[in-house]
Order: sequence, then C-alpha cells, then structure tokens
Amino acid sequence: MGGTSAAVRNPALVTPTGAPDQRTSPDGAHAPAAPRPAAFASTAWEDLVTTALLGTDRRPPGRTGAGRAAPVALLDAAAVATVRRRAGLRAGRAARRPEPAPADPRPALPGAAARRLALLLADRAGGAGGGRRGSSPDLMELLPQWLAAANARGYAAPPQTLPALLDAARGRTDLRPAALAFAGPRALWLAHLNPDWRFALRAAPGGASALPDPEDGEGLRRLWDEGLFAERVTLLTALRSRTPSAARELLTSTWPTERAEDRLMFLDSLRTGLAAEDEPFLEQALSDRSRNVRATAAELLSALPDSALAARMAVRAAVCVAVDRTGERPGLVVEAPHECDPGMERDGIAAKPPTGRGERSWWLGQLVEAAPLTAWPDRLGGRTPEQIVALPVADGWQGELHAAWCRAAVRQRDARWSRALLGSPSAPEAGGPGAVSLAERAKLLATLDSAERAEWVAGFIATHGLSEAFQLLGMCAVPWAPPLGRAVVDALDIARDAGSYPWSFSGVMGLAERCLDTAEASRLDALLAIPDEREDASPGAGGYWAEAFQRLVSTLRLRAAMAEELS
Amino acid sequence: MTEHGVRWTTEQVLALAPDAASRKAGSKLGAAGPWSGAGGSGEGTVWGLCKGSGSRPYQTVVDLADAAGPAYKCSCPSRKFPCKHALGLLLLWAGGADAVPVAEQAPDWAEQWLTGRRERAQAKQDGNGGSSLAADPEAARRRAERRAERVTAGATELEQRLADLLRGGLAAAEQAGYGLWEETAARMVDAQAPGLASRVRDLGSIPGSGPGWPVRLLEECALLHLLDQGWLRRDRLPAGLAATVRSRVGVPAQADGPPVSDRWLVLAQYDTADPKLTTRRIWLYGAESGHTRLLLSYGAAGRAPELSLPVGLALDAELSVFPGTGQSRAALGERFAAPAPAAVRPPGLSPAEAAARYGEALGEDPWLESVPVTLASVIPTPDGDTWQLADPATESALPLTPAARSRPGLWRLVALSGGGPVTVFGECGHHGFTPLTAWPEGPGEPVTLC
Repeated sequence: MGGTSAAVRNPALVTPTGAPDQRTSPDGAHAPAAPRPAAFASTAWEDLVTTALLGTDRRPPGRTGAGRAAPVALLDAAAVATVRRRAGLRAGRAARRPEPAPADPRPALPGAAARRLALLLADRAGGAGGGRRGSSPDLMELLPQWLAAANARGYAAPPQTLPALLDAARGRTDLRPAALAFAGPRALWLAHLNPDWRFALRAAPGGASALPDPEDGEGLRRLWDEGLFAERVTLLTALRSRTPSAARELLTSTWPTERAEDRLMFLDSLRTGLAAEDEPFLEQALSDRSRNVRATAAELLSALPDSALAARMAVRAAVCVAVDRTGERPGLVVEAPHECDPGMERDGIAAKPPTGRGERSWWLGQLVEAAPLTAWPDRLGGRTPEQIVALPVADGWQGELHAAWCRAAVRQRDARWSRALLGSPSAPEAGGPGAVSLAERAKLLATLDSAERAEWVAGFIATHGLSEAFQLLGMCAVPWAPPLGRAVVDALDIARDAGSYPWSFSGVMGLAERCLDTAEASRLDALLAIPDEREDASPGAGGYWAEAFQRLVSTLRLRAAMAEELS
Repeated sequence: MTEHGVRWTTEQVLALAPDAASRKAGSKLGAAGPWSGAGGSGEGTVWGLCKGSGSRPYQTVVDLADAAGPAYKCSCPSRKFPCKHALGLLLLWAGGADAVPVAEQAPDWAEQWLTGRRERAQAKQDGNGGSSLAADPEAARRRAERRAERVTAGATELEQRLADLLRGGLAAAEQAGYGLWEETAARMVDAQAPGLASRVRDLGSIPGSGPGWPVRLLEECALLHLLDQGWLRRDRLPAGLAATVRSRVGVPAQADGPPVSDRWLVLAQYDTADPKLTTRRIWLYGAESGHTRLLLSYGAAGRAPELSLPVGLALDAELSVFPGTGQSRAALGERFAAPAPAAVRPPGLSPAEAAARYGEALGEDPWLESVPVTLASVIPTPDGDTWQLADPATESALPLTPAARSRPGLWRLVALSGGGPVTVFGECGHHGFTPLTAWPEGPGEPVTLC
C-alpha cells in the first residue's frame, strides 16, 4: 500500500486536460519515442482502461497480484497508475503570447474615486427593476455623471474594472461613448479577446483611434481611397470637426463614384462645421440621382441663411404670407402654394403629402420651414419677430404657419425667433395645448443659451407645475441653475401639500436627483421630516414623500462626494 | 496600531456581506446622506445613526477590533448579519475620516454594548480552565471505537460494490443511472463516513459526462479503492498517512498541531454552495513561517459562513494544523489583533516548479486535487479555446481549469495583465490551474478573481 505514496516522477508529460496519449518530451517537442518506462506506463494504463470498460469477467487482466481477485487487482494497478500519472504532470509549452496592450499615459484614479467606481459598478449586477425606490440613491444612474467627470479630468480606468465597464457599456448604449473613452486603449485590446465585447471594436473602427495625423495629407488620402466604409465615415467626421474644408475636398474628389446610400451618409457628416463654403458642393448635390441625397442637400442649404437656395425659398415663401390691413387690426393672411413646380422639387420640397394632409398646406409648411427667418421682418412691414408672432392669422392658418416657423428656428438655430415663438413662460397658453407643442418648445429651448433656457423653464414650472415639465427639464444644462432648481423643489413641495403621491412625479424626481446643483442639499433638510397626517391627506403619502426627499438629499450628497473624490 | 492602518478598503468591507442583495443594499447606504452622529474609536469600533423609513433612526455599531472576529449590532429588524446598515456604515468609514471622524467617547447606546461584549469575552477566557475537556474519556473512547467499526463495515461494503462494477465493466455504468450511486452514498452516510459518501456522489456524476469519462471514472474508482484499503489497513500505515486517511474518510479530528503564531496574509476567500451547506475556503500565507494554510467555515443553507477575512488584510493570530501528512487545513486559534491592510506578497514560483510541487504533495496525500501556489511574473495567454498562464522566462505554461475559463474573474485577470506579467495565487492540480487572486507587477492592491 505504501507504494503509491512514493510516487515515481514520470519523465513524460501528460497534459492536465487528460488525454493520456498526448505525450511530449520535456523540451516540448512531440516525441513518439518517449523513454521506456513512460511508454510502458502509458500502454499499461490504456490496457487497464480497456479492461475496466469491458469488465474483468470478459477480459481478465494479464497478471494479478498474489491472492487478489481480478477486479481488486485491476483497481490496485489503476490506483498506482493514477497517482503516478498525476504526480508526473509537467508544465506545458507556452502558446504565442498576445501583443501587449498599448500603454495608457493617463494618470491613475485617486484611491477614493477608484473605490467609488467599484461601488457604482457593483450596483449594476442584478438591478431590482421597478418596485419602490426606497430612500437610497440609484448608483447606476450616477455612473454617466461619474464617467463624464473622470473623463474631463483625464484619469485612466483601473485595469481590473475594465470587464465591468465593458459589460455596462454593452448593456446601455447611452453609456458607451463615455465608458469606452474612460476605459481607454486597454479595453479595446481586451475586446479583441472576448467576442462579447465586439461592440467596442465597432465603435472604434480598426479597433483603435488610428486616424492619420491631420498634417499627413497622403495618409488621409490613402485611408479615404482604400478604407472600409465605416473607417471612411469616421475619417470624414473627424476631419470635419478639425478642418471642414479638407473633409469636403476629399468627398468632392470621389463623389461621382460613390454608391447612393454611401453618398447619403457622407453628406450627413457635413452637418458638422457647416459653412457658406460648402454651398457650391451642396448646390451641385441638389441634382443628385438619389432623392434622399437631394433632400438632405436641400436641408443643409436651407440651414445656411445666405445660400442661393435660402434666397429662392424666401421669395417663394414671401408670396404665401402677407399683412392684411383691411380689418380693424392688422393680421396675417396666408395663400398656400397652388402647385409644386419642378424648381421647388429640385430645391428639396416633397411634392406628395403624407396620408391625411392637404397638398397645399404640406407645401406651405415646407416652404416656410426652409425660408430664412431673417427675411420676414422686411416682408411683414418691418415688424420684430415678437410682433409678427403676435399677429392674428386668418382662416385658421396659425397652427400651420407657427409650426413651420418653429421648425425653421430650430433648423437655423435662431434664438431671437425661438424666444418670440416660445412666448412668456407664465402665459396661460404656454401650458398647452397652444400653437406650439411641448416637443417643439423643447427644441426651441435648445437654441437659447443655457442661462436663458433655465430661466424660461423655471418660469414655466412656477406657473404650470411639473406635470408638463419633464421634457423641458431634459433640455436644461446640468447642474441646474439655482432659479430652476428652486422652482423644481418648490413645485415638488407644492405637489406634496396638494396631497399627491411622489411616484406621480418619479420622472422629475429622478431628473432632480441627477441634475440639481449639489449645493442645494442643505436647503432641502426641511423637507425630510414626516409631517403629521392631515384629515384630508392621502394615506401614508407623507412618509413616502419624506422617503423620496431623503433619497434626493442622499443622492446630492453622494454626487458632491463623487466630485470631490475626482478633483 | 495607527488610525490609518485600521481602515479597510471598500472591497474588504463588501466581502463581509452575507449575500449579493445585502452587498447591493449596503453599497447604497455607504454615503453620508442617511447617516448622523457617526464616529469611530480609531481602534476598529464604528457607530452611527441611520435614517430609515421610520421616524426613529437605527442605531448601528460594529466592532472590528474584537480578536474573535467582527461583531455587529443594529436596532433594525433584519435577520441578516451583518445587516445593510452595518455594511453601509463600514463603507462610509472606509471612505475616510471626513465621514466617520475619530471620537474620544462612543455614545451611551454604543458604549453599553461594547463594554458588555468585552466583559463577556473576558469572562469566557477566565473560565476556560477545564470545562472544554471531555467529561468522560472512557466513554469518548468507546464512541470512537463504535464509529470505527461502522466505517470499516462501510468501507468493506464499498470495496464489494467497486469490485462488482469492475467485474461487469465500466461501460455498463452508464446504464446503471445515478440512483445506484445515490443509494451507496446514503449507505456511507449511515456508516458515518461522510468523506466516502461525497466521493461516491462525485463518482455518480462521471458516467456520460463528456468525452473521456471512462478514464475519469476509472481514476476516481481507483482512488476510492485506495482510500478504502488505506482505512482497512490504517494500523499498518505511518502515523501521518493514517491521519490523512482518517480525515479523507471523514472522521472528525481536533486541530492539535502546535500553534504557529504569525502575520497571516489573506490570499483568497471564496464560497462553494450546495443546497444544504455553504463552504467558505480562506487561504492564508504566514509572512514569517512561509506556510500556506486553509481555513474552512460553514454556513447552513442560505446563511453566510461566520468567518470572513477580506483579501489583502493580514491577521496576527495563531493557527494549528489538523493532523495528517500534506495537510494544509488549520484552525484559527487566538487572534492578537484585528486584521489590518498589509503590503506583504507571497513569493512566487515558475509553472514548472508549481507542477512539481503538486507532484511532491501527492506523495504525502495521494487524494489531493490541487495545492495552493503563487506564480510569479506569468502572462495570461489564450491558447486555442483555452487559456494558460505562461512564464516568458522559461516558455513553460500551466493551463487554466475548464471552470476557471468560464468565470468573470478570468477577464479581470486578463485586464489586469494587459498582456504583461502579473503575480497570481491559485490552486494547481491535475485539472490545471484555478486563479484566485492576482497582483500587478508594480505596487498595487490584490485583485480578487473568485
């Protein structure tokens, strides 16, 4: 029995994955002529396995020990062989090593911030979807902010967090750009090794930001001529944000030979850095074979108020709208186009309306949307945008006309017209339903600067409450400016006193947790107490509100701590 | 011990959580929001008031300074230990002295509990004169004899079953189904040989378990036979080997090795769970002795095992090994101080040395599945559809076990390495290498992989 415990070191290698016939000599080369004892041991082992499979009744083993029954003798021999095989295991030969990951020159995260990141990522696993939110912060919801702050400071991700970051980015496309930027070059290196993270390579063509140097004209040209479609789009977009004219010149040089759907994508990349110099090229694209390319070119041209197309549109639109002075008060009259001529079609007007819309109003809307807003004051008696918007419109054309002006203001990023169309936030019709829908208001707000935007939304909430404000709040810069933050908190307080439950406002609450200025936390302490329940109150609402405000305060404190750790 | 030496890291605190849900809930409370009156003694006791949904805040105290392991008290109704408030408080404390300042004096409600515990612990130590000794050595001897007889009957029966199996051939084992093994395992439990029972259960899962199963079945049958034979002739074995056989069969033993006092670095801690029991394994490395030791801690279904030692901390304590050659399992004796972060790292081997170490260990305990080793400067390398840890200096490598290849820890290891060398602690055996903890090549904290 003691024999097995003095295991013989076997000079042959048996790979731990088990197959006993994969033997190599110690230097790693395959050696059919292995040293004798090993060969003997191995054939003996195969012999034992065969006997064991068939059973000793059918295939008695060759030699049995003295006085041992056949199956017991077989087990004896197999035990010695098993321990010997295991004891003889050797390290195998190293496979070809992966290329090392490129170096990440960014400084390491401070320790406290690294610990915080681990907590935020730990919250990701098995999130309890839905249900009551309790009084503690949603950590996962803070990850986007955390990533933005870490990226702004230029820290490198701790390597061991990369798998969790990649998993988070895989599950949430909205996180992808920030998560991948933070994860850095090593994450792309990692994504090459794991098919689950292939998306990261798609996000960065070629698996790295391998754009040629902008000074290297030849390299750019080569990539443009030989690159894959995705690489070329990336190149164009990147160039467009640095030297727009160089991008346009590349595109012009091969334009006639590109496929129609590729032309559309390339054209779309010109939105970045659009300027008057692009006009000749766009004007030429108006006669493109592809209808989609024509429409996109027209849309881009109309966003250039000084372009020839914009001037043509101004003339067409001006014919349709006039000031009527025959009544007691001046007003606007609208004469919609009677036909959509080939010139209009060439300038991107779609002739065929969608189902359920009249042709003439459809054409009018498109004309006014594409005409430069700067042309209207001259056309309409030198009035300012505010005065023009205030004019009554005859025959029920107001909705159509104002909606088209809204689209034009958004397209041309005209803050003055946006302001006029938005009107006063405290006006009764601002709460809707007016000529301008909430969705359109949200888009108009985007053309104002952030301070003015916050002020308008604060005014809106003070007058109309929170129920309509969600979409508008989403447009405001984070962190919210003090007047806006206060308006939201006051409105929540009013909603509580009015006897509603906090989950009716969960959308706004969630936004407030993420967007309120963290300096507001101390002002909220008064809201944390559970008030005595009044006769007419909703049962239990007080406790739920206290819980919701508790979560709000905790989240603000947590965000303040996060910012502190990253500074 | 200085105040700074005592604060734990976030990972170390989270390792105390009894389950994933508590870990999540505790993480959310690890910010200053709901806490007030938080403070710490500077020696590892922490207290604070946590605002819940009720009107009265919960009173939470944690005592990490206790040599018998962390203790928690919270006025919340949760039956989990530690509860989410205790975890949140510790996370807050791990965040730094701003959130949990060092205080001269604990508030009364915390102080009462802390002094009560200290007094009880003292009383227990004083009264440890002779009460733990067996009341009647004669009766204990008779019990042990009766048990040995039962095990002998079980081992004899098992030998019979193995012989029958080999007579008819392993090919027939696939048709026999699992029931036969389950019944045999139950007989071994009756024979008071749990070690034999669990081996029999493992045997039952081999037939039909993928290519090469007959070879694996023969190996396991042979080792089980070897264990039976060892038991039946234990009086003729060297004392050490006989003790190893006893422990493999499942006869309980006392850790009667000489107590070794050392700074024990926590190398790894991981749980394996079956429906009835959670087993926690904790690997420790003695900074002075150089010994690697294993602590086991058990939790009944759904409860976390009592002992929790976060990776990267070191613990001044005495360990005593269990009897038997090649035995790394030990029992935790007296603790002299609370665990504190340490920058010690175990010395590393090459893949070839690690494989040799397993081979040598089999000489002392032929039933060993693996041995604990640290590999120095190895590079995780893809090899077809498997992975290996390769040593660039010698061009030799150890393959990872199939189980280790499918765990998320693999990717943490690969990410940490970035194609460069890392130091990896794990278990090296005939299935390959299971990585448990890794260190970057330069300075840096250990990264857990399990």
